[in-house]
Amino acid sequence: MIQAFLDIISYPFLLRALVVGVLVSLCAALLGVSLVLKRYSMIGDGLSHVGFGAMAVAAVFNMAPLAVAIPVCIVTAFLLLRISEKSSMGGDAGIAVVSSGALAVGVMVISMTTGVNTDIYNYMFGSILALNSADTILCIILSCIVISVYLLFYNRIFAVTFDETFSRATGIRTNIYNMILAILTAVTVVLGMRMMGALLISSLIIFPSMTSMRLCRTYKSVITISAVVSVFCFAAGLVFSYCCAAPTGASIVIVNIIVLVVSGIVKKIIR
Amino acid sequence: MALITCDDVTLGYDGETVLTDINFKIESGDYLCVVGENGAGKSTLIKGLLKLINPMRGSISMSDGLRVSEIGYLPQQTAIQRNFPASIFEVVLSGTLNGMGLRPFYSKKQKREALDKINLMGLAGLEKRCYQELSGGQQQRVLLARALCATSRMILLDEPAAGLDPIVTADLYELINQINQKMKITVVMVSHDINAALKYSSHILHLSHTQLYFGKTLDYMGSDAALILSERGTR
Ligand SMILES: Nc1ncnc2c1ncn2[C@@H]1O[C@H](COP(=O)(O)OP(=O)(O)OP(=O)(O)O)[C@@H](O)[C@H]1O
Ligand SMILES: [Mg+2]
Repeated sequence: MIQAFLDIISYPFLLRALVVGVLVSLCAALLGVSLVLKRYSMIGDGLSHVGFGAMAVAAVFNMAPLAVAIPVCIVTAFLLLRISEKSSMGGDAGIAVVSSGALAVGVMVISMTTGVNTDIYNYMFGSILALNSADTILCIILSCIVISVYLLFYNRIFAVTFDETFSRATGIRTNIYNMILAILTAVTVVLGMRMMGALLISSLIIFPSMTSMRLCRTYKSVITISAVVSVFCFAAGLVFSYCCAAPTGASIVIVNIIVLVVSGIVKKIIR
Repeated sequence: MALITCDDVTLGYDGETVLTDINFKIESGDYLCVVGENGAGKSTLIKGLLKLINPMRGSISMSDGLRVSEIGYLPQQTAIQRNFPASIFEVVLSGTLNGMGLRPFYSKKQKREALDKINLMGLAGLEKRCYQELSGGQQQRVLLARALCATSRMILLDEPAAGLDPIVTADLYELINQINQKMKITVVMVSHDINAALKYSSHILHLSHTQLYFGKTLDYMGSDAALILSERGTR
């Protein structure tokens, strides 16, 4: 295990994957708690599909995938937030329409132009080799920004998540914090997508917070444990995928599932 | 001096009026009880006072330097979900957010204030407990502590005693009375408990889609509006 880890950091591309992965896992864990509690987890899922569509289009037109996908996802996040607030229309149906539509566009564009299935495969299920060094720097900067913004607004995000009406009544501009949450999620989803794949990235957001909510009863501890679980599962998944030549995204998700199940058992035993 | 003045106010949702012709004043130090049957528009009025909804007509003005963000609020129903992980301390502390401007983190003073309010509500020692694991009465007191953290001047309580047993209810009313008398905080309380309203309040506002009565509690006893309530058997 240790040896495998040392191997990993001796390869530049794996080291890049490790650094970016840890940062993105942190972002996902922090945001995940708020998203799950606000019942916004479907938005994360929808965004990943839109990100897939955007990246596919960018690849076809030879544009930088991240530079296209991030703004597209941010705009979509605004829209999805609108849709889910106007619940009379059926928020989840709206999100499903947008996400499967974007997926269809992405698949169509890729298959019509390149006809090669490996691209689709990589975008859908992720690839550890996907990051070049320019991407890496951008990812590191953006995820540091996401983490700092989240921490700066931590107390306000808590208040808005816990009781939106009270927050609004006492003069907190709740819409702004919902928007901030959506934007941060959009950025995180796009950053994590290359490695985890469009189909698996939302699990990075949901699983760690589910695990920590089973174990902890205060908000701060939930956030902390969620971050720890997320980073641990990512590292363990990466090592496993390196040792067994398994797909990275899937390995990370499986480790997350195991941790979730174990946390359930631990909770049963403690009670 | 009047803290809040309602001038010919009409309130409603999406073009449908719920309350019309509302005219009253809340003076500093008042204890105003808002009474009326279910659906009379009491909560709607509270939302109007908090600027959560805008008046369709008329104006709700605040004076004496009172700002909406300085009003503490205890909602009738909170949409707080089951299983939300949050300690009592975290919940109460979040009440102090409106007073911290652009600072990102809580100061020592805010934390001390939150603890003070927790103790005041008789919840000392429970601050690390999870909010969702408390009884309804305890939860109500936590939310009252949070509302107190948000204000030093005025507090709006929407049926604070709903669902509580008579003893806990009496304690809660006593506590609210203390807040009004000792801390000099103006109280506006929606209540179906007319006896408690008569016992503690200084003013009564009786609503039924419009304003049936507004004035001193003492004068309310013999008024026509009071008769309506007692005929309905609420008294
Ligand atoms: N969000 C809303 N949208 C549309 N109509 C609403 C909304 N909230 C309340 N109403 C309507 O406004 C009217 C008054 O409601 P309100 O909640 O103010 O009554 P209330 O006096 O507080 O009653 P209760 O004693 O049951 O709490 C009701 O007829 C209700 O249907
Ligand atoms: Mg009501």
